[in-house]
Amino acid sequence: MLYAILCYHDEDIVGSWTREQDAAVMDRLAVVQDKLAREGRLGPVARLLPTTSATTLRKDDPPVVIDGPYAETKEQLLGFYVVDCGNLDEALDVARDLGAANPGGAYEIRPVSVLNPGSVTR
Amino acid sequence: MTDAAWIDAALTAARPQAVGALLRYFRDLDIAEEAFQNACLRALNNWPRHGPPRDPAAWLILVGRNVAIDEVRRNRRQRPLPEDEAISDLGDAEEALAERLDGSHYRDDILRLLFICCHPDLPATQQIALALRVVSGLTVKQIARAFLVSEAAMEQRITRAKARVAGADVPFETPGAVERSERLAAVAAMIYLIFNEGYSASGDAAATRAPLCEEAIRLARLLLRLFQGEPEIMGLTALLLLQHARAAARFDAEGALVLLDDQDRSLWNRKMIAEGLALIDKAVRHRRSGPYQLQAAIAALHARATRPEDTDWRQIDLLYGALETMQPSPVVTLNRAVAVSKVRGPQAALEMIEPLAPRLSNYFHFFGVRGAFLMQLGRNDEARVAFDRAIALANSSAEAAHIRMHLDRLMRDSQPCGSKSSKK
Repeated sequence: MLYAILCYHDEDIVGSWTREQDAAVMDRLAVVQDKLAREGRLGPVARLLPTTSATTLRKDDPPVVIDGPYAETKEQLLGFYVVDCGNLDEALDVARDLGAANPGGAYEIRPVSVLNPGSVTR
Repeated sequence: MTDAAWIDAALTAARPQAVGALLRYFRDLDIAEEAFQNACLRALNNWPRHGPPRDPAAWLILVGRNVAIDEVRRNRRQRPLPEDEAISDLGDAEEALAERLDGSHYRDDILRLLFICCHPDLPATQQIALALRVVSGLTVKQIARAFLVSEAAMEQRITRAKARVAGADVPFETPGAVERSERLAAVAAMIYLIFNEGYSASGDAAATRAPLCEEAIRLARLLLRLFQGEPEIMGLTALLLLQHARAAARFDAEGALVLLDDQDRSLWNRKMIAEGLALIDKAVRHRRSGPYQLQAAIAALHARATRPEDTDWRQIDLLYGALETMQPSPVVTLNRAVAVSKVRGPQAALEMIEPLAPRLSNYFHFFGVRGAFLMQLGRNDEARVAFDRAIALANSSAEAAHIRMHLDRLMRDSQPCGSKSSKK
């Protein structure tokens, strides 16, 4: 079974780390990731840019674009895509296509700051 | 992260929200600050033992308010203060308060707090000092160091600022749409000022003042989280990130200024650039241009160029043109002229800045740029006069050193035909 582990933390606090503190946390995480990678068990790892860079597409008819992260709590996170796009408009186009195929709910579009594609194949 | 470091970060992060809410209760900056201070002391004692609360800001607001009210009561009735434990277990109270303080409440509390700091009655220097003290929570000593003044002088500056806003009419009711956008613009301008205080520093001061840039970015992000759909706040945040991304490349080992063209671009902070570019991308979708967005777009074109020769100067020229129309200023025209010199050559650029001479007769950069154009045209004697004037007007040793480098080059170039320089 593949498991996705979703990272939650207070952005204010993570954002107030100094560059050294941030690097120290990343170094400690890298130790854990390296071990998993050696065992061939590490899939893609992504660090996202802050929620200030987020845009949300509500899959209404027609879809509505809203600045900021997805803030409702009555829906749950069910999955995610990583797509390569030239800019936000292209990413929104992809989200609109996905939304047309599966209406209802919303997509939050967030730029990825660090991506390690990982090595799991199955 | 250790407990202490976590608590420290949580207190810093909660500060604007908590002080803003306490100010709404007490309508007095000193009481609000003291209440927050007291709540922090209790947090340092309580959190390591009971674990951190779910919502640190709500905890600090509730405890801060209780302590301040107790203080008033104690003064009135000489009643002893309740034991710490009595207020440590907030349970339901915390939850109820967290619910009541919904997003829009927080938003106006913080905006009001920021707005008080950049009250139009305060001179810019006092605005910045007050914001750094009250909103960011820097100590007077830290602020004094960043501004290269004594602690006593900074203490006095902040006290004066507080006295002035206490006497001024600060509206506490929820602002209307027009007033909110006016406040937002004033706050954005103040954040930009804080950034510039850090950004314009050079030499030894650059390291001491860099935290001002980081603090400005933190405040801009805070504002953007409160006003997610404001393209100008996206633009401001992007601008600060893109400028600060170059920090490591802006000075050489001796502390001399390194111009954009000569910077080692591998030292640029790619993460900050990515965030800045993402924010501009979001902003332009609104089709509501503004000065911060335009400046950020210019910074973005520099950030996108892998090598100096890849820079899209034509586009930069157009963006400065739009900025000139929106916010006419000789300094903007001067900056545009640099782009023009790359696109249409130094002669066109020189003609563009000549009319600015009367208004920029005391501006270091005017003479630096003018000298550079003249030098490119081979008018070395005139260039030398401009550079001499620039050195006389330099604001820092790094600026002067940079111009002296040009002068040395002119000197070397003119040596073979020696007699020329003696004419002067």
